[in-house]
Amino acid sequence: MIDRIELGLWIFMLATFIGFQVITRVPPLLHTPLMSLTNAISGISLVGSLILAGAGRGALATTLGAVAVFASTINVVGGFLITDRMLKAFRRKPRAAAIRGGTA
Amino acid sequence: MIAWGDWSLIALYLLAAMGFILSLKWLSHPTTARRGVRAGELGMLAAIVGTLLHAGVVDVRWILIAAFAGSAVGAVIAVFVPMTAMPQRIAFSHACGALAAALVGTAEYLLSRSDIESFTMAVLGLEMVLGYLTFTGSMIAFGKLQGLVRDRPFVYRGQNVVNGGFLVSGIGLAIALTVSPQRVELLPVLIGVALVFGVMFVIRIGGADMPVVISLLNSFAGLSGAALGFVIQNPILIVAGALDGSSGFLLSVFMCRAMNRSFANVLFGGVGQLDSGEAVEKRPVRSTTAEEVAMLLDTASLVIVVPGYGMAAAQAQHKVRELTDLLTRRGTEVKFAIHPVAVRMPGHMNVLLAEANIPYDQLIELDQINPEFPRCDVAIVMGANDIVNPAARHDRASPIFGMPILDVDAAKCVVVVKRSMRSGFSGIDNELFYLPQTMMLFADAKQAAGDLVHEVARLPAMVTA
Repeated sequence: MIDRIELGLWIFMLATFIGFQVITRVPPLLHTPLMSLTNAISGISLVGSLILAGAGRGALATTLGAVAVFASTINVVGGFLITDRMLKAFRRKPRAAAIRGGTA
Repeated sequence: MIAWGDWSLIALYLLAAMGFILSLKWLSHPTTARRGVRAGELGMLAAIVGTLLHAGVVDVRWILIAAFAGSAVGAVIAVFVPMTAMPQRIAFSHACGALAAALVGTAEYLLSRSDIESFTMAVLGLEMVLGYLTFTGSMIAFGKLQGLVRDRPFVYRGQNVVNGGFLVSGIGLAIALTVSPQRVELLPVLIGVALVFGVMFVIRIGGADMPVVISLLNSFAGLSGAALGFVIQNPILIVAGALDGSSGFLLSVFMCRAMNRSFANVLFGGVGQLDSGEAVEKRPVRSTTAEEVAMLLDTASLVIVVPGYGMAAAQAQHKVRELTDLLTRRGTEVKFAIHPVAVRMPGHMNVLLAEANIPYDQLIELDQINPEFPRCDVAIVMGANDIVNPAARHDRASPIFGMPILDVDAAKCVVVVKRSMRSGFSGIDNELFYLPQTMMLFADAKQAAGDLVHEVARLPAMVTA
């Protein structure tokens, strides 16, 4: 049986490795959207905030949790919406877009 | 605590992890990038649903109120923030995420300190230090970029020693808590030290280097999320945190490389302090008018535009696009040379130009565009300075020596649009301005682009093939 901490370390190591691999493939053209998208993903602390705010572990936990939920949803919602807004702007030359049926 | 045997939770979390990985993978090309955002959103949704349904959540009243308020604020920011303000928007967002992670960590410590393993406590200490320092650090970065805090680096003698002292005491406190978790009185000290360190760490770095800092803070926010994952034994936090940690780290390395500076130089070097005191000798430059430039453009077959911070600051990108359209219609090929740190954040210039409807296949990166300058008839430098300074190639004494630059000086004719002869961010003179083929068009970038549109439109219709 693997210990939970050990399992966590394995997950961390593999995810870091995948992170390095996929991120080196992102072209400089998209580095700002990348920063924005990873910022949105770092709003994952929302998960921890939800558990804390909803577990009914007393007033202090609920208060801190609610503040944390508030802060992290700003991060998540703002992050994803604005990344999409940025990417919406990226388009090819009109000619190329026409060939592809103007789906861009 | 999560029951690991709960299969639907496991499925949702696995889905979330796949969503996050695919979202970063799809960001590798503009055509799939938006699909990447969808994948990320779905991943986050799966993580939230899984958490709400299973992870011991019994009371959702406060969650609903807080989440609704947070979503409203986030959406308002997303809709109204201008694209030029992207770096500070990201900084603010980091501050929010880091604050959440730090608060959860703090509550977790307060609730479970009586019975906590040393490993968990050590990770928790690290998590709180990272979370709180990222919170204040990001707020300072936000303030600097927004112009609320003085943009210039705040430096004093012995600063590195003081900052180092704060860092060491932060770590020391975390260790002390690990050894004896019951010493609650140490918690406020730890939080205070981390908060102050965040301020001290960022305040000494100049506004122009903020993107490197923001990216590094992204990495910290990710690591603090991952650490929280270890503490509350939640795998999706570990996965997302690790992805962010590596992304932020890599991006800040890329940025430093694009400026040919080391990490240490950016973080501890007191940058922007380069002695600009030396009197710059007044050398003659050739001044020109929009009308004259239009005549040059009339016969040009390849025009390369080099946009820089000045263009973004003047919001000239829409006028520049009009000019591009006019020239393209006349049969002139127009390309944009994008330096990796053109607006001081990698890829930021691409976003600004894309928003102005300039197709991304016209935006060419440094390595691809440099060989094209010799056959370029007119290079238009729009509010860029250091990134086109030939001194970076040959002048060993120059502070920017070794930084990769755009070889604009190889073009047959160079038009530099600039408000005045004042030097750029690094405070050094640019020999490009004094070359025989260089002409200076003294104007605000927006004004200049507008004048050029006007003049080019007045040119007689293209007669040559």
